[in-house]
Amino acid sequence: MELYITELSKYFITLFIALYTLECFLVFRFQDEERRRGIYFRQNLLMFLVHFSCFLVICFETGKLEYLLFYVLQQILLFAAIVLFSMIYPNGNRLIINNMCMLLSIGFIILSRLSFEKAIKQFFIVTVSIIIGMMIPFLIHKFKFLRNFTWAYAAAGIAALGIVLILGSVTYGSKISYSVAGVTFQPSEFVKIIFVFFLAGALCESHDLLRIALTAVIAGAHVLILVASKDLGSALIFFIVYVMMVFIATGNWIYLLAGCAGGSGAAVMAYQLFSHVQVRVQAWKDPFSCIDDAGYQITQSLFAIGSGGWFGLGLFRGTPDSIPFVEADFVFSAVAEELGIVFSMCMILICISCFIMFMNISLRLKDKFYQLTAFGLGVTYIFQVFLTIGGGTKFIPMTGITLPFISYGGSSVLTTLVMFFIIEGLYIIRQEEGAKRVKKKRRPRRMESEEFREEQEATEEE
Amino acid sequence: MTYLFVAVFLCMMGYTCHYAATNRQVLINNSYNGRQELLISQNRRGTIYAAGGQILAQTQTEEDGSETRVYPYGNLFAHAVGYASNGKYGIESLSNYYLINSNAKLADKVASDVAGEKYPADSVVTTLDVGVQEVAFQSLGIYKGAIIVSEPDTGRIIAMVSKPDFDPNEIDAIWDDLLEDKESTVLLNRVTQGLYPPGSTFKIVTALEYIRENPDTYDQYTYQCGGRFTSGQDTINCYHGSVHGHEDFARSFAKSCNASFANIGMQLDRKQFGDTLNSLLFNKDLPVAFAYNKSRLIVDESTTDSDIIQAAIGQGTTQITPLHLNMITCAIANNGVLMKPYLVDYVKNEEGNVIKQFNPDTYRKLMSEGEAAALNSLMQEVITSGTGTKLTGQTYTAAGKTGSAEYNSVKTDSHAWFTGFAPAEDPEVCVTIIIEGAGSGGDYAVPIARRIFDEYFGM
Repeated sequence: MELYITELSKYFITLFIALYTLECFLVFRFQDEERRRGIYFRQNLLMFLVHFSCFLVICFETGKLEYLLFYVLQQILLFAAIVLFSMIYPNGNRLIINNMCMLLSIGFIILSRLSFEKAIKQFFIVTVSIIIGMMIPFLIHKFKFLRNFTWAYAAAGIAALGIVLILGSVTYGSKISYSVAGVTFQPSEFVKIIFVFFLAGALCESHDLLRIALTAVIAGAHVLILVASKDLGSALIFFIVYVMMVFIATGNWIYLLAGCAGGSGAAVMAYQLFSHVQVRVQAWKDPFSCIDDAGYQITQSLFAIGSGGWFGLGLFRGTPDSIPFVEADFVFSAVAEELGIVFSMCMILICISCFIMFMNISLRLKDKFYQLTAFGLGVTYIFQVFLTIGGGTKFIPMTGITLPFISYGGSSVLTTLVMFFIIEGLYIIRQEEGAKRVKKKRRPRRMESEEFREEQEATEEE
Repeated sequence: MTYLFVAVFLCMMGYTCHYAATNRQVLINNSYNGRQELLISQNRRGTIYAAGGQILAQTQTEEDGSETRVYPYGNLFAHAVGYASNGKYGIESLSNYYLINSNAKLADKVASDVAGEKYPADSVVTTLDVGVQEVAFQSLGIYKGAIIVSEPDTGRIIAMVSKPDFDPNEIDAIWDDLLEDKESTVLLNRVTQGLYPPGSTFKIVTALEYIRENPDTYDQYTYQCGGRFTSGQDTINCYHGSVHGHEDFARSFAKSCNASFANIGMQLDRKQFGDTLNSLLFNKDLPVAFAYNKSRLIVDESTTDSDIIQAAIGQGTTQITPLHLNMITCAIANNGVLMKPYLVDYVKNEEGNVIKQFNPDTYRKLMSEGEAAALNSLMQEVITSGTGTKLTGQTYTAAGKTGSAEYNSVKTDSHAWFTGFAPAEDPEVCVTIIIEGAGSGGDYAVPIARRIFDEYFGM
């Protein structure tokens, strides 16, 4: 009986997620939220089906009732998140919320399968994070003065990272976490957001050479502290975000090229200076030659991806536990093994759908500060996804960072949730910008004709 | 910027899918992969069949759930089928992926679940023929040596015998003793991994090179054999001091005249000879899926006269595996085209449905049709009037080349070689035999070839 359920559910789960992913991209055909309603509703339904079928399999495979109970709690949380959000923020973007909940539920599924206790812990963190997050769009909207703390952000970021460097506990060779009253934080996660605010604040005022140089020094300080803590993945994220934001703020290709050249130079230097960088590059180039030590993790991850096939082995039918730190760094491989390559590809596409929506929002925002913030957060998010999945699939060297929403890790999930809700806040601001312009258009004051036309075009785009 | 990221992601997705799809088998077979254990614990290892349907290896489950791998033919298929424990060998290793995966119907899996049994894994049907294998096995008797029988137009290997052998049923019991005895080569499959001096069988290659360099005039070649050929300090003697007298190219080949071939060797363009050797896969990887050793012989401009006359008659430092010699012979029999040798015909699931079919696969043309035809007729003369006359008088016409490879510079002991095919006009089967230390190929290897051909053609 359970064999039939596992085998058949594999195909159904894949079908549901594929349809969900399709809807993710169909959303972009319509410009206004009103017409996207149908899609959102279908997405919610498919989301529920994926979540339900997976937990059905889990319950059958384990025969334990606590999974059922846990499922009910998750379902209530996700349902509440979606309903409450659309009640509190009728102007909000539902795609982002849907994708967030879809990714969170994939995270719950795979974490429940890997470790029940960790899944429970994650569930509480997510619950708290969502409650905090729900307030964020309101705050973003209310506190327009966020842009005035540019230099305070920089100071806070460097301080937070610096404290970890000095006082933080060493986990597996990297100093990345910091404990207060029994709760372990990973400040580099939160600093990502502050860093984006700092850059947006600094670059929206002016982007002359002096300003660029000043931001470069501060960004460099962030990156160097992270390199010193041996948290190379985060260092790389900060670097890329900096280069991208400077490029978008100035529109100057020279900065982008200079950034890339500088980055490559730094990478080569890092390779020559640090033995742990060399080890990782070696493990990436030929993991099978050092399968006993450096290549062990990546080869186990490849084994997992390779053995799943298109539709996966089915939950509890594989052995993802053989990958060290599977629930944090290599959760993608566990998904690929048990839920299949197709499923994991859909998961990537859902992340891309979020990113495209972020970029859309950023493009349409009139306010430079908000525009840069949305862009910076989008790049942070997608680049982190890229580093984790690319590392796990041997596409790029492994950096050891988490997959947003899916990996186990409180700081990571809280940060990503906050990021998503900030973007929701920006989306609402954008809606209002649009509304104002519509009003303006109705009673045009004496305006220079060119400017007027521009405005009009922008409105039509909306 | 958005497009850039999307493009990078699409690359990554494509890469991941491609990697997972193409490397699945390699990954599963890696001994560090714990998933192999998972599959083994879920599925009952599949059965290995001969081409005729006989069971060569199967797993029997005792009442207490313990499993034993049983090889009904004992020593007969020791190296070809191999063993499933102790690191695996032979077809057990080659087809491990199929033998531990199950494509049984869902209903059958459910039935197994209900019965509390493991799922039946897929079975492998080999190209091996029990009859031919038995004849080859018995013919070698107590000698050390190797025999490979294959079909030149498909690449199917129908028999593969290596001696000394072992009983795979006992492998766990004898394993430690075999490993302790450093001198023991019992576990080595001499067909694929045994490196031997090719002796006179190598004259096929020398002849091919001479024909290539003199396509229109090679049949005008003449030589007066006085039983030895001298170049500087070096002397090449004919086998057992025979004196062949006046001879042409075909006769030099048929009588396997060492002096004449040393003379031919001196006339060859050494660079071109080196290229021909490479194109015949000397010092190169062979297009086979199983474990093998590379044959070794390097000839180039720096090769000395002393070395070239040794190389021309297959002595000196030249080393070849019986598998490789068989492949060259197959190419001659198949109009110059080498088919990739293979041992597994198809994989079927519990219900008998074919899961994967391995089809004959062309590797490359090793020589032109004209060259293959010329060598074919030279090899026919070996049987009709040369060193292989023990193969005459059959209903089929055979073609081949004998060899008596000296492996010990002090004594005159030699390995008996024969490589050839039948029927010569339209070759169906190709045989390569080596009997270690037996004596001359014509006396010891050719009669075995005859018994194998007789068995193959049902006589």
